[in-house]
Amino acid sequence: MADVMMMTDSIDAKAAQLGIDLSSVDFDSIRLPPGDDFGIKSDDEDIYQEENLEFDSGFGNTIVVDNLPVVPREKFEKLEGVIRKIYSQIGVIKEDGLWMPVDSDTGKSLGYCFIEYNTPQEAELAKEKTHGYKLDRSHIFAVNMFDDFDRFMKVPDEWAPPETKPYTPGENLQQWLIDAKARDQFVIRAGSDTEVLWNDGRQLKPDPVYKRAFWTESYVQWSPLGTYLATVHRQGAAVWGGATTFNRLMRYAHPQVKLIDFSPREKYLVTYSSHEPSNPRDANRVVINVFDVRTGKVMRDFKGSADDFAIGGTGGVTGVSWPVFRWGGGKDDKYFARIGKNIISVYETETFSLIDKKSLKVENVMDFCWSPTDPILALFVPELGGGNQPARVSLVQIPSKEELRQKNLFSVSDCKMYWQSNGDYLAVKVDRYTKTKKSTYTGFELFRIKERDIPIEVLELENKNDKIIAFAWEPKGHRFAVIHGDNPKPDVSFYSMRSGQNTGRVSKLTTLKGKQANALFWSPTGRFIILAGLKGFNGQLEFYNVDELETMATAEHFMATDIEWDPTGRYVATAVTSVHEMENGFNIWSFNGKLLYRILKDHFFQFLWRPRPPSFLTPEKEEEIAKNLKKYSKKYEAEDQDVSLLLSEQDREKRRMLKEEWEKWVNQWRQLHEDEKLERQKLRDGEASDEEEEYEAKEIEVEELLDVSEEVLSFD
Amino acid sequence: MKGPLTFLKYNRDGDLLFSCAKDHNPTVWFADNGERLGTYRGHNGAVWCCDVSRDSMRLITGSADQTAKLWNVQTGQQLYTFNFDSPARAVDFSVGDKLAVITTDPFMELTSAIHVKRIARDSSDQSGESVLVIRGPHGRINRAVWGPLNKTIISAGEDAVIRIWDSESGKLLKESDKESGHKKTITALSKSADGSHFLTGSLDKSAKLWDTRTLTLIKTYVTERPVNAVAMSPLIDHVVLGGGQDASAVTTTDHRAGKFEAKFFDKILQEEIGGVKGHFGPINALAFNPDGKSFSSGGEDGYVRLHHFDPDYFNIKI
Repeated sequence: MADVMMMTDSIDAKAAQLGIDLSSVDFDSIRLPPGDDFGIKSDDEDIYQEENLEFDSGFGNTIVVDNLPVVPREKFEKLEGVIRKIYSQIGVIKEDGLWMPVDSDTGKSLGYCFIEYNTPQEAELAKEKTHGYKLDRSHIFAVNMFDDFDRFMKVPDEWAPPETKPYTPGENLQQWLIDAKARDQFVIRAGSDTEVLWNDGRQLKPDPVYKRAFWTESYVQWSPLGTYLATVHRQGAAVWGGATTFNRLMRYAHPQVKLIDFSPREKYLVTYSSHEPSNPRDANRVVINVFDVRTGKVMRDFKGSADDFAIGGTGGVTGVSWPVFRWGGGKDDKYFARIGKNIISVYETETFSLIDKKSLKVENVMDFCWSPTDPILALFVPELGGGNQPARVSLVQIPSKEELRQKNLFSVSDCKMYWQSNGDYLAVKVDRYTKTKKSTYTGFELFRIKERDIPIEVLELENKNDKIIAFAWEPKGHRFAVIHGDNPKPDVSFYSMRSGQNTGRVSKLTTLKGKQANALFWSPTGRFIILAGLKGFNGQLEFYNVDELETMATAEHFMATDIEWDPTGRYVATAVTSVHEMENGFNIWSFNGKLLYRILKDHFFQFLWRPRPPSFLTPEKEEEIAKNLKKYSKKYEAEDQDVSLLLSEQDREKRRMLKEEWEKWVNQWRQLHEDEKLERQKLRDGEASDEEEEYEAKEIEVEELLDVSEEVLSFD
Repeated sequence: MKGPLTFLKYNRDGDLLFSCAKDHNPTVWFADNGERLGTYRGHNGAVWCCDVSRDSMRLITGSADQTAKLWNVQTGQQLYTFNFDSPARAVDFSVGDKLAVITTDPFMELTSAIHVKRIARDSSDQSGESVLVIRGPHGRINRAVWGPLNKTIISAGEDAVIRIWDSESGKLLKESDKESGHKKTITALSKSADGSHFLTGSLDKSAKLWDTRTLTLIKTYVTERPVNAVAMSPLIDHVVLGGGQDASAVTTTDHRAGKFEAKFFDKILQEEIGGVKGHFGPINALAFNPDGKSFSSGGEDGYVRLHHFDPDYFNIKI
């Protein structure tokens, strides 16, 4: 409190000194320059620390240019003009941002100058571009960041041994996997809140784990094995995790980071930012950093213009498609690769340099993708020279760069590659021109990677002109599903890579006609699939069992935009995100299409299941469990029953309580109503009031004589 | 009807239904078959609200033309016009029909206000003088009704707060709790048949049930769209909510997108029971027939729909 008093005092004094009437100042209209706190420390320590990341001393946008010619006073202007010309090409120099100190004894310049830019990014770029710039033979610029001077000056002269910190055992980051009820977690983002919850399918409700407002500035993402939750901030990315609550485990400084991507084994984190150039002729500047997730160290950084990172060999593609780097090599995050003009650059993570120090040269390469399990690249090269050179799809082994298999394709308009999750099969969807070149039709080339010589099979749909709307492999399986045909009601077909007797042939299992579906969602354990009609189909869902070839349930989550299976394949979440204005929120379904519960949240942005790492059980053990499922499931079924009994018991109890409570109100009201009856009558001028009492059901019998007639009957 | 509906009211016997709409003429219908009986001509602006006296002789209407008018229900004759400086919004007869509460919108410099007028038995003695004027609450007041024995006035509106005023002195007695109360504009308020509790609907996509005397929150009904209209069945423990997205935000894709159904909730368990479809725009008005065997809904689409319940409805058990 004393501090604050002092501060107010000094503010008053300062204001009086400057002749400002404080009462006439609108404090809300004052905007401090970003990053400058004018020495006023924020109370929030966290914010203060994070601010620190970016602005060490407030001179981040200043560079020092050394090795300038030493000139007398009359030539100052000329030299300044030259320097200004060089440096204003790179960025906007602040007003009075160029300063050349003068030796007061000789009146000559000292041979260096300071240049202040608007942003640290510009300063850094200027340093990069003009360090070693040759003004003439004897004046080669040496450019440094002003902050670096500061930093190096501070280095103590004597070496002191680094303090060895005592070892503190870390938290068990896998704690969530040993939940007694074997539940799964998910994260949702709605409004400004980000929340992690358990999915309690038995209790038909979510169970909160951790909630935090303004946790991230753009989005959140789980690491691929579920260990970390990554958040994105202005200053960089951060990962969170831990045994009970979500603590910050590591920060990765990267100003204005836009996108992040984990390597599949979550060893590395790739961050990406793009910076508007101050010169409109230039392309956006792109910075990509590769961090080690556990140490937070930058393993490698890539800088360049957006053009360098635009994917698609033929050029003309604007913007960068994410992720720029695709990880491959299976288990150990060994390789990552990106595509460039006529090259594919493959890096390995031991040294973070190109394999064999050079990129893979492939003329006109359009697209590539890694096998999910093996270090094999599949790449696609389109037709060249007006059809003289056929298009081709090749498989390349890394690191040997040996071509395993190649397939030439003719009159191709486009190709798309789909790997099966075990890397057993590769499907290539090929769009070909018809003879007239006016339209296209689609076929599939199916590669059997694990078999000798990698046999290729061609699959064409029965109706060749059908458009392919969606394609999806069964995870870990040998089947795939295709949605084909023309809107509004396309067909869905299922194929298997094995036929009954012949394991080496693809065969069709079935075709479902006229489905309202445009997206396929296989259960992560295979067997079950959701045929979903998103967008135009308003959220139609069909839960289909591919083993039995039967529909288990059809349902609708109106306007659903996202569908995600939980990592165990037990539950499905469907969500309406804030692309729609109404009915934001999510539904949780069982695998067979039973709606378990629904939660409505306004401004709903994200729903993500927490991934699970692969099982440690051997395939033999898994098979054994599958065989003796009855034995294992007994325990869980009993638990299920207990819970459902308890639930219905609780439900009944709750209803009884509500009814009782209501009765109490009603009785009270009746009493009051009765008490006030007289007064109310008075208000109505004595008119007997209170409708109900007035009504008396009387039975009135009315007899009416209608006609009397006499007749003479004769007896014969 | 020619314009979006704004309000619906049954008379006590439940044989007449009065409707107000943005066209200028309140209309009376046979509640049974929906045949039009007549219109009340004279307003020069949208009509926001109406109330009918216990003996079904007098109708009072509040309109955007800055007047509230008294009508002879049978002849359609204008009996008296109350003039204001801003649009009249809500009207409500007191128990005994000797007083009426009329609210006016904030307009130019004026804040919203609640006026209490004495209603003369003989319309030739009628005067425009206010017995009481309460000024103050921010934003528009969408509904104001009498509390038990005319001792209080309950108001609710744009500022999402429900207020109970002393009808003698105009003193503020109670305000709804910020925490448990509505978060957005309250659009509708409906009293129970005995006046012991009332239901409010709000753009915050919920409806809440309150005790009239203590302003205790009893129940909350959560739905997925803004609530424009509410009604309580006098017969069964059911409540009906009507609404839908804002008329300006209605897309042309699918009528289901707007959620224009009238939704039925169990009054006690707060669970959704079902919905009644029909309107092509948001529902702005709902009313139950006092016998509880039918209800009517009025929509932005300009239709009044009369719904008679199947016999099965009265046997619903949960």
